[in-house]
Amino acid sequence: MDIVVEHLTKRYGPQKAVDNVSFRVKAGEVLGFLGPNGAGKTTTMKAISCFIKPEEGDILVGGYSIHEHPEIIKKNIGYLAENNPLYQEMNIIDFLEFIAKIHGIPKYLIPERILDMIRTCGLEGEKHKLIGELSKGYQQRVGLAQALIHDPEILILDEPTTGLDPNQIVEIRKLIKRIGKEKTVILSSHILAEVEATCDRILIINNGRIVVDGTAAELRKQAKGNEILKLGVQGACIKDIFDCLLEIETIDSIDILDEDKHLFEIQSLPDTFSAKAIFDTCVQNNFYITELTPTETKLEDIFRELTLH
Amino acid sequence: MKQIIHIASRELSTFFDSLTAYVLIVIFLGFSGFFTWVYGADVFFVGQANLNTFFMVAYWSLFIFIPALTMRSIAGELKAGTLELLLTKPVSDWQLILGKFVSILLLIVITLAPTIIYYFTLWAIGPVDHSAILLGYVGLLLMSMVYISIGLLTSCIASNPIIASLSALSIGIFFHIIFDVLASNFVGFLGNFFSYMSLSTHFESISRGVVDTKDLIYFLSIVFFCLFTSKMILSNRNL
Repeated sequence: MDIVVEHLTKRYGPQKAVDNVSFRVKAGEVLGFLGPNGAGKTTTMKAISCFIKPEEGDILVGGYSIHEHPEIIKKNIGYLAENNPLYQEMNIIDFLEFIAKIHGIPKYLIPERILDMIRTCGLEGEKHKLIGELSKGYQQRVGLAQALIHDPEILILDEPTTGLDPNQIVEIRKLIKRIGKEKTVILSSHILAEVEATCDRILIINNGRIVVDGTAAELRKQAKGNEILKLGVQGACIKDIFDCLLEIETIDSIDILDEDKHLFEIQSLPDTFSAKAIFDTCVQNNFYITELTPTETKLEDIFRELTLH
Repeated sequence: MKQIIHIASRELSTFFDSLTAYVLIVIFLGFSGFFTWVYGADVFFVGQANLNTFFMVAYWSLFIFIPALTMRSIAGELKAGTLELLLTKPVSDWQLILGKFVSILLLIVITLAPTIIYYFTLWAIGPVDHSAILLGYVGLLLMSMVYISIGLLTSCIASNPIIASLSALSIGIFFHIIFDVLASNFVGFLGNFFSYMSLSTHFESISRGVVDTKDLIYFLSIVFFCLFTSKMILSNRNL
């Protein structure tokens, strides 16, 4: 099922939480929704899952509008809300049974689906406990189980890995990747590594607007400017080295990172590369290179650059 | 329809799991049994084979108990965030409201059910006006429906359960007694108006054993109005 978001606008009082946002998610795609706190990620996800009605704009899920056929859309969506609300006083099996019934799963299939979910989400050891007695990580798994129990076409996960330990995070990522092969997944996060590891496409949203829409590789390419090198040189005092490096024509600027270890950050002029020239200079002056690393622009930096303004 | 049943049965089992239901049943049966059979204007004192005393005790105790049952129904879900869980499942606002309504009504039915014994006991000791007793129960259920719907409405409006409960009680007290008091202080149109608005007028007329469509319309229109308004408030939420 495709998701088409058209000119979505949602206000809370005078503040626009989401401002004229449009995007598309193709069936079978895993979309990562990124943005600082309060950017409008959760609002957009709530609107897609028919919990809130936007003031303007429409969302079509598999061709059905959220304004006209919310019941059909809700049937096909598995939604894990941000703070993972669950009935704390119920035990896991009763809770999953209730959710399965609400989804209209045929009665004879329900025990099988529940067992399947308990296995998939790693809840075997805890299955008879009350939800309120579980740790946060296990509650998160129950949240995932309730979102997956009716085998939905679309999965919307609002910060699915919060509160999980590193092992669980890896497991959940694997699970999302596996599900993402057949289903449409939208997940939000403010952890970039997570989005990069699981998503085909990244959407960065800030102040209710989309700032970037593309793959992680495209993002990098777009933000990549001049060559930046981290350089360590020994064999003379730092001032001499600095003066010699300054003479290289392709170098735009030099920062001293560490005076004791003689570490520099060197930025080349646009479209030029300085590694060879640095090497030659060092050979001529009898310096020796202790370190020469190209600094890749990190996704974090791109994110900061895009969302700080 | 199925969704309503699923929601209602989950809700009902929560009442029993959290002991709320047992506490309610024990207190209700204790009170009504004590005043019907043991103390005050009890059946033996009155010397008539009717359950008017019981209906009067039930009339008051249900009025006080119901807001405590309804207060968490929507406000609690909103606070715990589980409203989001429910409403992103294939459940419409109407189904949620009706599910909650039915669950509390069922709990009241379960609470009233054991008092059928009073009826049989009475039947054994004297000539009973069967229709009056039957209609007394109908009246209690209609009255419960009114207070449940008022409770649901306040639970939709207030996000705090305590406020929901207190405002349900204070709205309820108008129907329960204040309109009646006002009716006795006014004559003419105002007197008739307050008398019509008073719940006790209609309750008494039904529990005397007379079914008037006017009474039914009165009860059902309040229920419908409150449930409809609750639904509108829920639909227009801006969360």
